[in-house]
Amino acid sequence: MATPYQDRIIKAPALNIGDEIYYDAASQGRLLVKQCADCKKYHHYPRALCPFCFSDKTEWKEAKGTGTIYTYSVTRRAGPDVYTIAYVTLDEGVSMLTNIVDCDHDAIRIGQKVKVVFKPAEGGMAIPMFAPA
Amino acid sequence: MSIKGKAYIAGAFEHPTRKATNISVAQLHAECAKGALADAGLSLKDVDGYFCAGDAPGLSGPMTMSDYMGLRPRHIDSTDAGGSSYLVHVSHAAQAIAMGKCNVALITLAGRPRSEGHSGTKPRVVGANFPDAPFESPYGPVTVNLYAMAAMRHMHQFGTTSEQLAWIKVAASHHAQHNPLAMLRDVVTVEDVVGSPMVADPLHRLDCCVVSDGGGALIVVRPEIARSLKRPLVKVIGAGEAPKGQRGGEVDLTYTGAAWSGPAAFSEAGVTPSDIKYASIYDSFTITVLLQLEDLGFCKKGEGGKFVSDGNLISGSGRLPFNTDGGGLCNNHPANRGGMTKIIECVRQLRGEAHPRVQVKNCDVALAQGIGGLLSTRHNSATLIMERE
Ligand SMILES: [Zn+2]
Repeated sequence: MATPYQDRIIKAPALNIGDEIYYDAASQGRLLVKQCADCKKYHHYPRALCPFCFSDKTEWKEAKGTGTIYTYSVTRRAGPDVYTIAYVTLDEGVSMLTNIVDCDHDAIRIGQKVKVVFKPAEGGMAIPMFAPA
Repeated sequence: MSIKGKAYIAGAFEHPTRKATNISVAQLHAECAKGALADAGLSLKDVDGYFCAGDAPGLSGPMTMSDYMGLRPRHIDSTDAGGSSYLVHVSHAAQAIAMGKCNVALITLAGRPRSEGHSGTKPRVVGANFPDAPFESPYGPVTVNLYAMAAMRHMHQFGTTSEQLAWIKVAASHHAQHNPLAMLRDVVTVEDVVGSPMVADPLHRLDCCVVSDGGGALIVVRPEIARSLKRPLVKVIGAGEAPKGQRGGEVDLTYTGAAWSGPAAFSEAGVTPSDIKYASIYDSFTITVLLQLEDLGFCKKGEGGKFVSDGNLISGSGRLPFNTDGGGLCNNHPANRGGMTKIIECVRQLRGEAHPRVQVKNCDVALAQGIGGLLSTRHNSATLIMERE
């Protein structure tokens, strides 16, 4: 069985104050992740205060952009296109909600190595997603 | 301090409708309240505490629905924890009663998602200022795929199979055949479930709960009042509540907040999983049941698949009868919030008022368990333990 990948229409997210930095970097092809200057732990989604030690000294770092699929679900009956939602564990150690793209949906597996790619949302905003490495 | 023995569930009512084409949400809430008061043998004037959640319409649930129903409560609580809210409300009502803040607490739930065309494959509503939404909404999270990812991980890590998950639906359908109000009354087989269309891998259509209109209500009272009424005594003996999210990116979908709310409730109640004669387990999807059973300690982590297989959840033959009304998988799921009906079926079982074909013999201790919200990203777990006196 094969379910070929097709680009789908992605609605641009409404950002909160402080989120622009993440998406501006994405539009330049860079994936950012937040790191705490005090406890040194990475976290995602990005926050102004570290969710591990509550320090207010969190910093944007450029992620390597590589990771491993923690889990996924090929979503077959939610809209016109089949798409795969997933959690990818970045090499920095944090997991992020994302989509797996540019590959046969039926060949996706937990544990698979993936690398970041950027897909345009409506209006041109770049959205980080992952394709097989 | 503990809530053990501080309050009793004196009234319970499940609205009979499954499609409320011509009834407003406010009217449904009020009809449920009226039904629960009649069941308890109390009147509107007796109510001095009111509890409701995000499904209650208006400027705010307590303000609008108190006004609509003509209540004058001296204690209100609109804790919203999705479908688990009503389990939390029983616990909070017991706390309020113990502190002298009210004597007769009314809890209502109602909604018409079926008439309004809701489904688990549509994007969830994202409000302004959600801190997480900008990093999630582009990826198409809908209810079913956020539960499916937990199922996929469980299968990968523990070898759980689709056939094992299917047994949960099969057991629910065995119970629903005796409930004339249930939306799905046909007994189904494991083959029926795994042969139904795949919605979001690995969950099939029959792994999902129904979408229904309806509602329910409960009356929680102080012990002296419970003893003055002519109803069997259903005592609240323990409760726990626990939100669980993505933990800053340390995502682990193999367990739910029930791993925290369960031990809290068992400890307060002074009972263990082996004391539970009947369990209502929130069944938004089959995987939801399996994870909660493990987290509550009915079996070891990873062994839920084996535990639910071969009819082990079917009343009369299985070791742990569950959701004897047919649950969300077959009976109803009013307002897309299943916590209320979980408590109501516990009350029926403890009173001996369940359908004779599914009534558990000597049902003296029962547990209701709920997961509200979205399993993978963020949810709340609530556990409630009750005893027949
Ligand atoms: Zn920190």
